[in-house]
Amino acid sequence: MGLVSSGKTPKPLQHLLNYSRKYSLWMFQWGLACCAIEMGAALAGPRYDVMRLGVIPFPASPRQADLIVISGTVTDKMAPAIKRLYEQMPDPKYVISMGSCANCGGPYWDSYSVTKGVDQIIPVDVYVPGCPPRPEAFIQGIVLLQQRIMSEDPAERWRGVTREPIVVG
Amino acid sequence: MTTTDLPTPGELPEIAVDPAAFRHLADAQVNVELDTGDMVLNIGPQHPATHGTLRLVVRLDGERVVSADPIIGYMHRGYEKLTEFRTYPQITTLINRIDWLSSFANEVPFIQAAEHLMTIEAPPRAQYLRTILTELSRIATFLLFLGEMGLQVGAITPAFYGFRDREYVLNLIEAVTGGRFHPNFNRIGGIKDDLPWGWISECRAVMNKTLASCDEFDDLVVGNPIFQKRTRSIGIIPQELGAAYGVSGSNLRASGVDWDLRRDGPKYLVYDELDWRVWTHPDGDSFSRYWVRLQETRESARMVLQMLDQMPSGPLMAKVPRIIKVPEGEVFVNTENPLGEMGYYVISKGATGPFRTKIRSASFSNVSILPWVLRGVYVPDIVTILASLYFILGDIDR
Amino acid sequence: MAESPGATEAVPALREQAVDALTRLQAELGDSIVEHDGAFGDVVVRVRRDAWRRSAQVCKEGLGCDYLSFIAGIDWMPTPAVVEEGSGDTSTPAQPKEQTYGVAGSDGRYQLLALVESTRRKSWRVILKTDLPDDDLHAESWVSLYPGADWHEREAWEMYGFVFDGHPSLRHLYLPSEFEGHPLRKDYPLLAREVKPWPGLVDVEPMPGEPGDGDDTTSTETTAIEAGESA
Repeated sequence: MGLVSSGKTPKPLQHLLNYSRKYSLWMFQWGLACCAIEMGAALAGPRYDVMRLGVIPFPASPRQADLIVISGTVTDKMAPAIKRLYEQMPDPKYVISMGSCANCGGPYWDSYSVTKGVDQIIPVDVYVPGCPPRPEAFIQGIVLLQQRIMSEDPAERWRGVTREPIVVG
Repeated sequence: MTTTDLPTPGELPEIAVDPAAFRHLADAQVNVELDTGDMVLNIGPQHPATHGTLRLVVRLDGERVVSADPIIGYMHRGYEKLTEFRTYPQITTLINRIDWLSSFANEVPFIQAAEHLMTIEAPPRAQYLRTILTELSRIATFLLFLGEMGLQVGAITPAFYGFRDREYVLNLIEAVTGGRFHPNFNRIGGIKDDLPWGWISECRAVMNKTLASCDEFDDLVVGNPIFQKRTRSIGIIPQELGAAYGVSGSNLRASGVDWDLRRDGPKYLVYDELDWRVWTHPDGDSFSRYWVRLQETRESARMVLQMLDQMPSGPLMAKVPRIIKVPEGEVFVNTENPLGEMGYYVISKGATGPFRTKIRSASFSNVSILPWVLRGVYVPDIVTILASLYFILGDIDR
Repeated sequence: MAESPGATEAVPALREQAVDALTRLQAELGDSIVEHDGAFGDVVVRVRRDAWRRSAQVCKEGLGCDYLSFIAGIDWMPTPAVVEEGSGDTSTPAQPKEQTYGVAGSDGRYQLLALVESTRRKSWRVILKTDLPDDDLHAESWVSLYPGADWHEREAWEMYGFVFDGHPSLRHLYLPSEFEGHPLRKDYPLLAREVKPWPGLVDVEPMPGEPGDGDDTTSTETTAIEAGESA
């Protein structure tokens, strides 16, 4: 559709596109460490159920995912795999960096084998700080991301204009 | 990361083992016409069945595993080097995250080591609180295991039950310590804070609920004939071999070894004042590992109920200086953590931080037996065996 | 120390099982034992390097220690300082600058440390140490006795550079195969700490007891603060 790339999307259509995108996020959960447990509690636990927001977990492969959540420490050995999986995701894609290890290296900031933050490898849209962040904080990150998706201009995104990442809290 | 530079596993030493343990290989005859080359299958590092970032490179002959090589290190954060540059309270925050499901239990051996070196002892009420919180984290970990092993074998309902029941126990831990896991609640010399009002009756209710959940798991999972078929005689670990590999905890008890550090090691915490028993199972297969952990969950709930009745009152901290300087010496303290035996060998030179800490983690040794135990099994059995050994990647890689 | 609440009696140097184990080891190994000592109830035995595997065999067959707990390395070089003296930054401990050795001594910088235990007897364990000369970091492998030594020795090689003769395949365990260096050696720097100081140092308060401290604490946990008391 040339409408999106040329920037001539009518407002109601843009609204519809954004609305459907924000409530049908297919989330690829890259659960690495302790934050994965909190993410798992948010996904699978009946208490913090995240599916009611429209976010479905467990896509069959990253090629079908819209959202990737990096939760846990990123090591130098793991970094190429993350980059490869990020590149396999089709646009428009979003990244949530969950936990202080993924944000900036966290308590292992001086280790010889830890990547100091996943934003050194892939661009991040939402930072959720915490060690580990409570499932409620993670859900707030998702809600803020959904609000941003709602207010997004698809033409700008097509042109590659990136926006300031959101920091929860 | 291409497939051409995979490491070739070296020759594993021949070990005398009871051939009856391999009775499922009795019909492993390869038809010459079907003799095809081995296939290399790479499981992980991102895979729902590997409980984290474990990479298994298996060579398959059809559907049977010829050799398996676990590649670990995707969660290696360099703990032992980091402890050389941190003070004791800073290390306490760090070591919570080694076994990130039962975080409280990771702190206990390190704090005990520092207390041994300083020749101080925490007061009795603090010891009881430590034991209660350790057993609560054991229950939380095992409830997750009971649910999640059902998930790996193919049933999704136990996973939801496990997460739901675990939330009650996490509520309790959060009410005392302020954190769902990673409590960082131990201090050298005792415990940070006392119990909040109403916690003891809440804890009693949750423990009774836990005992009811264990009965539910008994009906739902253990009694399920599909589960039994999937797990009986799968992944048998013989006793002597398990001990020689360093397998510990429920995995070794499920092979029939009557060994529990809470009863058989040097005295730590208050286990000798309680009335409890050690559960073993003679089979050594995946089913027995599940069964032993189920019984241990029940036993932990009963222990907590006893401790709530017996808990003394008193101070929570021994007399320690504000800046902790641990005198020179070396000590090794190991404890029965939910995953197995965890130990810290602390070498101190009198500074505010240790000189060298060797962290002996349980899952490291539990996973080192994988190349041996995965030989000759079918591909779906790999998942069952991984689930039944129950390791945490942070515990393997540190 | 015995009067203050919370202090224990001095822990006996060896518990009786450890004394028994030591006697048996001395009978079997004889003069391969260079030195022995106690560490809070456990016996620590430093053996000669050429008896490293033989002492494991003695422990396994003679003493019945069927369980391998761990094999690790120690580097006795003093930890390099990452903060300047007198900067007030107490985030990192100031380790002593002289090279001293621990329980059962050492002949040089590198040592191997191992612990074996028995699952049949209570509190029956032996801590073994051996020295490795700087120019020849070789030791015999324990893999044929304790198969679990496979991974422990790979880790010791990766972290310190110790080579184990007889090990089936000494390759990287934790680190990527392109990694250079042996991280747990004391002269391996933590680059992040050299580039910038500890980021948690926001405002520097003097520690209690130092001049400038006007803190009057009444918190419940530290009910026993006395000015100037140190271990």
